[in-house]
Formats: sequence, C-alpha cells, structure tokens
Amino acid sequence: MPEFETVIGLEVHLQFNTATKIFCGCANFFGKDPNTLTCPVCLGLPGSLPVLNKKVLLYAIKVAMALNCQINPYIKFDRKNYYYPDLPKGYQISQYDFPVAYNGWIMIPMTEGPDKKIHIKRAHLEEDAGKLIHDPATNSSLVDYNRTGTPLLEIVTAPDLRCAQEAYDYLTTLKLILQYLHVSDCDMEKGSLRCDANISIREKGDGRFGTKTEIKNMNSFRAVKAALQFEANRHQKLLSSHQRIIQETRLWNEEKAMTISMRSKEEAHDYRYFPEPDLVPFVVDEKTLTQIKASLPELPQEKFGRFLNEYKISGYDAQIIIQDPELSLFFEKCCQLTREIKKVCNWLIGPLLQELHTRKAAITQLSLTPDDVVNLIKKVDSGILSNLVAKDVLKLKLDTGQSIDTIIIEQGLTQVSDDGTLEKIIAEILGENDRVVEQIKQGKESAIVFLVGQAMKKTQGKANPKKIGELIKRRFQNG
Amino acid sequence: MKLNELTAHELLDLYKSKTTTPQTVYEEVCKAVNQLDSKVQAYLRLAKNKPQSLSPSSPTGDQKFPIPIAIKDNICIKNEEVTCASCILKGFHPPYDATVIERIKKAGGMIVGQANMDEFAFGSSTENSSSGATRNPWNLNCVPGGSSGGSAAAVAAHETIWALGSDTGGSIRQPAAFCGVVGLKPTYGRVSRYGLIAFASSLDQIGPLTKDVTDNALLLNIIAGYDERDSTCADVAVADYTKSLVKDVQGFKIGIPKEYFIAGLDREVKSAVEEAIAVLKKLGAEFKEVSLPHTEYAVATYYILATAEASSNLARFDGVQFGLRSTPAAVRRSPIVDMYEATRDAGFGQEAKRRIMLGTYSLSSGYYDAYYLRGQQVRTLIKRDFDEAFKEFDAIITPTAPTTAFKLGEKTDDPLAMYLSDIYTISANLAGIPAISLPCGFSQNGLPIGLQILGKPFDEQMLFRMAYSYEQSTSWHKRKVAF
Amino acid sequence: MLSKDDVRYIGSLARIHLEENELDDLTRNLADILHYIEKLKTLDVKDIQPTSHVLPIKNVYREDKVLPSLPQEQALATAPNQHKGFFKVPQVIE
Repeated sequence: MPEFETVIGLEVHLQFNTATKIFCGCANFFGKDPNTLTCPVCLGLPGSLPVLNKKVLLYAIKVAMALNCQINPYIKFDRKNYYYPDLPKGYQISQYDFPVAYNGWIMIPMTEGPDKKIHIKRAHLEEDAGKLIHDPATNSSLVDYNRTGTPLLEIVTAPDLRCAQEAYDYLTTLKLILQYLHVSDCDMEKGSLRCDANISIREKGDGRFGTKTEIKNMNSFRAVKAALQFEANRHQKLLSSHQRIIQETRLWNEEKAMTISMRSKEEAHDYRYFPEPDLVPFVVDEKTLTQIKASLPELPQEKFGRFLNEYKISGYDAQIIIQDPELSLFFEKCCQLTREIKKVCNWLIGPLLQELHTRKAAITQLSLTPDDVVNLIKKVDSGILSNLVAKDVLKLKLDTGQSIDTIIIEQGLTQVSDDGTLEKIIAEILGENDRVVEQIKQGKESAIVFLVGQAMKKTQGKANPKKIGELIKRRFQNG
Repeated sequence: MKLNELTAHELLDLYKSKTTTPQTVYEEVCKAVNQLDSKVQAYLRLAKNKPQSLSPSSPTGDQKFPIPIAIKDNICIKNEEVTCASCILKGFHPPYDATVIERIKKAGGMIVGQANMDEFAFGSSTENSSSGATRNPWNLNCVPGGSSGGSAAAVAAHETIWALGSDTGGSIRQPAAFCGVVGLKPTYGRVSRYGLIAFASSLDQIGPLTKDVTDNALLLNIIAGYDERDSTCADVAVADYTKSLVKDVQGFKIGIPKEYFIAGLDREVKSAVEEAIAVLKKLGAEFKEVSLPHTEYAVATYYILATAEASSNLARFDGVQFGLRSTPAAVRRSPIVDMYEATRDAGFGQEAKRRIMLGTYSLSSGYYDAYYLRGQQVRTLIKRDFDEAFKEFDAIITPTAPTTAFKLGEKTDDPLAMYLSDIYTISANLAGIPAISLPCGFSQNGLPIGLQILGKPFDEQMLFRMAYSYEQSTSWHKRKVAF
Repeated sequence: MLSKDDVRYIGSLARIHLEENELDDLTRNLADILHYIEKLKTLDVKDIQPTSHVLPIKNVYREDKVLPSLPQEQALATAPNQHKGFFKVPQVIE
C-alpha cells in the first residue's frame, strides 16, 4: 500500500477597505440597497473608462512587501474575457504576466519542528464582480452591481502545503499579517477574504504532481480545513481503487460536509487574455518603494520575536498577545509602567481578553488604560484587593468608567486583612463546618483550602485569602 | 449665401457684428436638414433636447462657440438615444455626456442631431449602418466613405456647420476625402475617449470634420486636452491651434513615402496629389522621397489588433443591462447563454459579427502568439518607420484614399477589398500620430480627392500650418455641392 | 485552414448564435481575411517588443476620494428587465 502525500495550493482573494472602488469613485461599501453604489464605469456602460485608484496599488505593494515578495518593476493590467451576468463588461480587468508581485513567502508554525516556509507565487490586482441571486420561483436570476469594481488582491501560494492543518495555519498566519496592515476586514463571512484551494495527491517521493481538483465555496477557515480533509480522502480512495481523478472544480457543501462536482461547464474557459488598452502601465520607482517599506508597521513575526527577547515572556503568552495589534500596544505600554511583566500577561490574557470577548469590543473601545491595569496589579500585590475582587473591579471599571480607586471606596471592596475581623470570620466558618474541622484535625491539611473558600464566600471575596489560610493553619497548629 | 453654408469662423464674425444670432443659424440649419436629409440620409435622428445655449435658463460655460454641430452616433450624449447605428443598442440612453460633449455644451455648441455611421465604426462606406446608407452629397449614387460618413456628408451638404467623428483606421479622414471636407485624426491621447463607445481602444480618437482648416483648428481647440477620466488621455498642454493658421511653409521638409505611390492608386488621385505637392513646393516646402518599409503590413496588422480589441469591447452588448434583449423560442444551451447568443445574433450586423469572430479567433488559445502578439510586434515596426522618418522630416504627405468615392454596393460583397481602401490611413492609427485630410481636387466626374498630411505626435500645429497654407493657395474648399 | 467547425466554436466563444448559411459565409470570409493576414508571418519579429500602448504614458492614477454614484433609478433606467432594484436575467444554472 503506497504512502500518499497531499499537495495543496491556496488562492486567497482579499478585498481592500479603501474608500472607493478600484477604477471609479463609487464608495467601496458593503450592504447597501442593490445598484445604489454604481456609476457608468463600474456598470461597464459603453464609453466608460477605468482609472486606477492610487491607494489600491499602494495597499497591494504593502501586502506584497509584508509577504516578502519581489515587486515587479513594470506592472500592467490585462483583460480576462468571459461571459457572466455579474461581469458587466464581459471581461474582468485583472493581471496576467506582469502582476504587482511575485516570489514571496511566509513562515507558518508547525505542531512539531521548526516553522515551515510557504512560498507565494504571485499577488495580483483585479476588480470584483457583482452579486448574482437566483430566484427559482420566477426562473430568473437577479444581479446587483454594487460589488463590481471592489478592489481585490489575489494571493497565490506555491503547492507547498501538505495537509489541511497547514492550509488552516497558513490562512490564520496570513490573516494576522493582513490585519496588522489595516488594508482589509479579512472577514470570510462578509466576503472580504475568500479562499479557493487546489489539491492533488501523489505517492511519497514522486516528483510529479497528481491530477488536481479545485475546491470553491468554503466560507470559513474551518470549512477550508474540513473540505481539504474530505477531498484528500476522496482522492486517496479513488486512487487506491485504481480509479481516475477527474480534473474539475468542486463546491464544498457545508451541510453535507462533502465536495460536490460543479455541473461540468461546456468547455474550459478560454480567457483570451490581452493587455488592457484603457489602462497605462505602472512603474514604481525605488524611492517610492523604499518609502512604502519604511511605512510598514512591525509585523506579527517580528513582534513575536521582539516580545520574547525584550520582555522575556513565554512563547505561549506572546502568541496570544500578538493576535491583537492593539492589545500588543497596550501590553507594551503596561510594561513601561511596571516590572511585573508576567502579571501583566496574566491580566491581559485572562480577565481582559475575556472582557473583550464578552463585550465584543476592541481594546481601544474600552475605558481602560495601561495605568488602570498596573493599578490593579499594585492593589493586589499590596493586599488591598484580593485577586478575585480585582477582577470584579475591572468589570465595574469597564461598565461605569469610574476610576478604580473610586470604585473600591464606593463599593467597599477593600480587602479585609486585619486579624481581628478575619478571626471573627474564621470562628464563624469553623463553627459552621464541624465535619471539615474534624477532617483537618485528622490530618487532611488540604481541606483548609475548602475553609478558605468558605471564608471568601462569606466575605464576598473581600477577605485576604492568604491571610485567612495562615490564620486557620495557626489555629490548628495551636490546637 | 445661406447661413447654413457658412463656416463657423464666418458665423462668429456675424455674431460679433450682430448681423445674425445663434438662434437664427440653428433654425437655418434645421431647415436645411428638413430639405436635404431625405436625399443624403446623413442623420440617424435629430436631437430631442434643445441646445442649452438657446434655452432661457443660463447655461454653464463660456458659451463662446454657439455653432450647430452634428455628432457621430457613437459619442454619448446624456438623455439622447445613442446606438452606434446598431440594433443592439436600440433605445439606449446613456446617463452621462462624453467629455467632448461636455466641452462642446460649455462652449455653447448646438447639437443638431446624430450622424449616421457604419455599425460600431466597422466600415469604410457607412453602408453597414442598421438604418441604411448615407449618400455622398457630390453624387448620391456613391458612398460618403466611412465610418464617419454621416458626419462628413452633413458637413459637405451644409446640413450642419461642423461635426465630430471618430477615427480608428481612417474613419474621419477617408469620408472627409470622399466628401471634400477637412477631417483631422488627432494624436492618440490628444482628445479624451471618455464617452466614445469603443471600437479599438488603443487606436480610437475623436476628431473634427469641418468645411475648412480654420474651423478644424477652432473645433479641436474646444475638444482637445487632458481628462482625468481617461487614463490614456495625455497631460499635454493644448496649444491655440488657430495660431498655426499661417500661410508659410518655407523650409519645411516633407517626405513622400514611395510605398504609397504604387499600383492600385487611382490615376486622377495621383495627379491631384502631385499637383498639391507642386503648390506646396512653390510656397517653399522641400520634398524628398522617404521609405516607410512596413506599409504593406499595416492593413493586416490593423485587422488583427483592432478586431481583437473590438471583440472584447463589444462583449458587454449581451442583453443584460441595456439595449436589445432577445430570447429564442426553444432552449438551446441554457437560458442565460441562449439569451446572449440570440441577442447578439439579432443585434449585430454582418460586418460586426465578422470582426468579432476574427478578433475572438486571434486572441484564442493557441492563436494568440501567431496573430495578436505578432500584430503588436509589427505595430512596433510600423511605428519605428515613422519615428525614423520624423527624424528627418517635419511632415509626410500622401493621398488619403487610393480612389475617389466608390458606388454604393460596389464593395459590399468583398470585405477584404473594403478593408484595403484604408491602406493610406491605417498606419497613422497604428503609430498614434496625427493626420489631416483636406480637399486637393476633383475627379473628372466631380468627386472630391483628398490630400493627407501626417505629423509628429502632438504636432497638430504643423498639420494646420501646412493644410492652411495649401488651402489658402487654392479654392477647393470654396466649391459647393449642387443638389 | 479554417473549418466550419472552427467557426462554430468561435461563435460559441463569442456568444453569437449563427445559422448554418451564416456559418458558410463567415467561414469563407474569415478564411480569406486570415489568408491575407498570413503575410505577417513573413516578417522577422524576433526580439521586437510588442506595442500595447502607443503613447509613453505611465502611472495615471485617481485619488481615493468618493464621488457620487448614480441613483438607483438611473442605474436601472437602461435595464431590459428589472425587479425590486435588481437587473433581472434568465436563470443562470450553476
């Protein structure tokens, strides 16, 4: 039984978040009424002509540089000719032989071993098509051209990926880089990031490629992973039973969790590419390229390395923090105010991320400053607040916007640490928990934790747990 | 003389001296159209909307040139029907004005109507119009030339004062020659193409058709210049072309390309052009033979490149968003594909279908290198011929067409013969250089003969100067059509 | 040599329905023209750069500033068939 190797290449289409479309001044916006964001140019009316949005080229170069690509010294556009109702001109303005960039790479983390390099064959610009809705009730289809002309960057990998997990990791790594650049929402649900996959299998060691199939209609990274797993298995089953794999396009069906062959199109498309005569070529000089390179933000990979070196935090912590560029910035600001780096990490990764998640907010939207976090850490360290209560204070701060000190005073949250009060509470607890007291007397020291917990409950978390633990222990030691 | 028989510059003088008004002139022109157009058929339709400059509310722009104008039916005019003389665009009303129309309206231009043309500018005789052919005012049994035949005929018959046409392979110059008027194809990029319904995007230019050289310079002044909506429109300052209307060609070096004076060139055309050369020589211009060695490949090159671009430009005519929509009675392939195929079958004329097919073929897989790519490479060679020639010469002089206007129906059965009548005009489009045609004589049977002058890129000034000098030394432009 | 089948295929690429008699005429016409165009093959074009733009213009851009779009009624005004703000076409079967 030969061992098979999966070979995967991904094509990602990225929608830029520029204010306007790629070739006209219509607003680049999602979700308006149909055919309200169009003009003669993006409608492809006779006589209309395209003019390139400068920012689109700038964004494309930024992305290409972040992906370690070579930027083509001479860039041009070409027409890709085919008929479809969502394509008003009967051709798409795209790029064929002189795309914006080529020969790039990114590193993706592996479950075992060092990071893997995934090569990027090319990145090119093109315009998006409109949206087609099928109305079977009336045997017709309905077209909305709002999306026509939205700027797209198509990023194509080399067939370097070897399993569905790698494909998933490539997508998450790519998405993070793109988020750092602020060029797109990168939202697969909204369609601002789309992915098609090419997959084939071959016997391990065979240098040639097997017959590939293309998979479309995957609407999330998880779907990409599931679809590729399914398809790899399908190929394997076919080959193992000596059947042929048909080169075709297949659609991922989420409900049925399988790929389904598209009704075979009459003929493979002959796109008849030729240079777009309505657009002139683009030559970006060295000086401009240097400026653009200098304007790139610190990218996730770099930041990760720097966090490890500079702050000596764990890879695990760093990986979580860098997922959010704003959180990363917040983290660094906290680290300027305190030496308790690990505690900062714990606060950010634990309670704060939890709050961001529940409130569905970005850290910039919350009324919380680095000073606030450092304040909370100090309050816990100095015993004014218990850890548990400090988390509540955080919640209250985010809810009310009041200062931490005000909250502590108004809510009377100061940790109870004086022996007198604590002794009273302990006495009550011991009185209420005879059996446990017996257990401890018998030697079950671990049950002290239970009593501490009871004391915390009784004081609504305000008791200083460390102190309580010590006092209880002392009681038992003293008999 | 009747007001409609005057030139724009003469009318401007009359406005200045308050001898007449734009309103009166407009009415005179409309009267002429009513009287003559049943014979000439220069117009597809008259403007629905009254000219801004004649309406009571104050129009925009300087309104300095309130002159009646005919517009070729492939230039978008807001809220008018624009069809490119094709069934497939029946009922199409663009929601915007072409840039040249905006400029003309701002200058006070009064649009009389839309001039007939070969469907989508595919043709050299205006016989490919879906509404029937225009006739040559000098001989109603002859073609006016094409594809801007309607524009040229309207000017010659004084059914307008001046007109706009478009030129992809000679479509302004050849009809200008056949109709005895002045026609200019500007340098590629001199005039905005925004709003010109494209035939071949890398070759098309809009240009003026006028009764004399002075008018031509005036109209070019109005329409030329940078337009941010057209990426291929050059950001080159527009000279005042009327400053070139100087009768002086002393010392100018003019080339006579030997490849143009060959078999197939009508004897009368040849001698008329030779006499024109003599006139210019007397005025002090110096002539020498020049070689443009790749001339014989120009028509073949053009018919690959232009049809390839056209096949793509015309893909949008599919019944989805505008124009004609046809559905076959029974399902052939699938509902949507059937609609495309039926619409385009019903909507396009024979020549349009031929060119779309040819263009599709030369771009198709397996043929791109042999046809399209090779065509682009030969285009480089043809351009180089001119680059070389213009190192030594200020201008190049040739006949505009190998014959005078042929009879209606004479070439319709032989597409290739029709293509070859563009032999002298096509190279200028391939090289992107400006070229003007003006009358230089008449044949024995009274048909106009055209003289063509080719110039360096953005050197329309040279063309106007030479053309004006020649024109003012002759009186061809004064001869009027008799009905 | 261009065959009728070739022409039929091109017709489908170009989305034009052609009747049989049209196919005959077209095949003849296109064959003549292609034959004429063959003369280009006699030229040596090795190392010659193709011309796709005859003007030496480069880098023409527009700024990323929003301009007014057409109102919906105007966008749809030319539609042969429309429905609730959409262009309506015969069913597209995937």
